[in-house]
Amino acid sequence: MAVKKLQIALYWGAACGGCDVAVLDTNEFILDVAALADIRLWPIAVDGKYADVEALADNELDLTFFNGAVRNSENEHLAKLLRRKSKMLVAFGSCAHLGGIPGLANLTGREEILTKNYLHNPSIEPGNKKIPLPETDLNGQLLQLPYFFKRVYRLADIVPVDYCLPGCPPAPEQVKLSILALAGGKRPPPGSTIGAAERNLCDDCQRSKSEKKIKHFYRPHEILQDPDKCLLEQGILCMGPVTRSGCGVRCPDTGLGCRGCYGPAPDVMDQGSKFISALGSIIDSKDPHEIETIIAGIPDLTAILYRFGLPASFLQRSLKL
Amino acid sequence: MSFEPRILGILCNWCSYAGADLAGTSRIHYPPNVRIIRVMCSARVDPTFVVKALVSGADGVLICGCHPGDCHYSEGNYKTMRRIPLLKKVLKDFGIEDERVRLEWISASEGQRFADIVKDMTERIRVLGPSHVACELHADPRER
Ligand code: SF4
Ligand code: SF4
Ligand code: FES
Repeated sequence: MAVKKLQIALYWGAACGGCDVAVLDTNEFILDVAALADIRLWPIAVDGKYADVEALADNELDLTFFNGAVRNSENEHLAKLLRRKSKMLVAFGSCAHLGGIPGLANLTGREEILTKNYLHNPSIEPGNKKIPLPETDLNGQLLQLPYFFKRVYRLADIVPVDYCLPGCPPAPEQVKLSILALAGGKRPPPGSTIGAAERNLCDDCQRSKSEKKIKHFYRPHEILQDPDKCLLEQGILCMGPVTRSGCGVRCPDTGLGCRGCYGPAPDVMDQGSKFISALGSIIDSKDPHEIETIIAGIPDLTAILYRFGLPASFLQRSLKL
Repeated sequence: MSFEPRILGILCNWCSYAGADLAGTSRIHYPPNVRIIRVMCSARVDPTFVVKALVSGADGVLICGCHPGDCHYSEGNYKTMRRIPLLKKVLKDFGIEDERVRLEWISASEGQRFADIVKDMTERIRVLGPSHVACELHADPRER
């Protein structure tokens, strides 16, 4: 008797496509997936219509990987639909897990985003007066677009999520191991973070660590780096102390500070404010004015602290929205 | 009903809490709007605590430690001196008014100063009005 194949879907909400590429980056393993599973929806790679998903029975899908944040009504509709149709729903990648890069828009109002992008951007047609609207009447025809929400949500704000697979994008090796774990009989307990470690990034970083005393923060290209020494000790911002390990220390190993894409480390509740705690410990000054100057030298502090997780932070969004 | 600010005070054990205690034993009057938590050192105040207080409904957070140079653990309050300005810069981006978070140095003998600061902060926040952080976050998550 033929074994029933695993029924899976992969979907993108507000995403860049990198998460889907991370799945393809599992290289020849993708052929094993094709042998193991029927791919019922995967917009980037396979033809499939929303109507086909709607026609599925509830729970007919065994597993859905949802990447991307929830930014508009289409993302929300698909999140709810796929939740209903799936036994297991995985928030795949930083955007679905924490809001990701699109989540940075939670510091800026909707009107400002739309007017900036469609009316005042240097790259648009000069004199453009059109902003996309949910409904437009074009010569008597009603054209509809998804509704652009006031803010960005992570997937778990919209529907219950069974597992989170962090990373921007998740490391291909972790994608592979996670697919095997979920397809196999021994599944991690629901609610788990999968494809990542239960420790912070510094625990896995090979750079030497000693006392940190910083008078000025540098961007990676501004100084000659010591390749063996902790980046923070050299004044390069690195979110390693507050970030979950699992990526294989990708950024510090190439001379870039960790930007925090794997989300808060297991004992960290709010990545950005926790990192402020670390920064306060390493800034080398006891003079309030000098401290102000050092802080002013950090460009776009809030976006650095919450680069991938603003909608999942305690504050979630600016009150001014 | 008139608005009564709810302020969380986080005070270090060795100077500021003793200062607040002195305000009490000296029967100095100050507004009852501050609820005090005692910590061993102002450096124990993880900025996450302050954010957590704000999202839990505090209208303001007052952090007090020993004067610079006087910390019982010698360097603790210098960390606080760096953390709170960093935090305030971030809170501004989230649209939270500067007056809602305040750092002050209060020694064990400064009961009057503690009372004055609480009075001043309470009045400033009364003028600002209630913090909307908590109620905004508990609003419909899919607000359009
Ligand atoms: S702060 Fe960054 S560079 Fe330093 S040990 Fe941690 S992960 Fe490595
Ligand atoms: S080092 Fe940090 S930012 Fe880079 S991939 Fe790993 S978790 Fe993400
Ligand atoms: S003991 Fe008072 S600030 Fe450290």
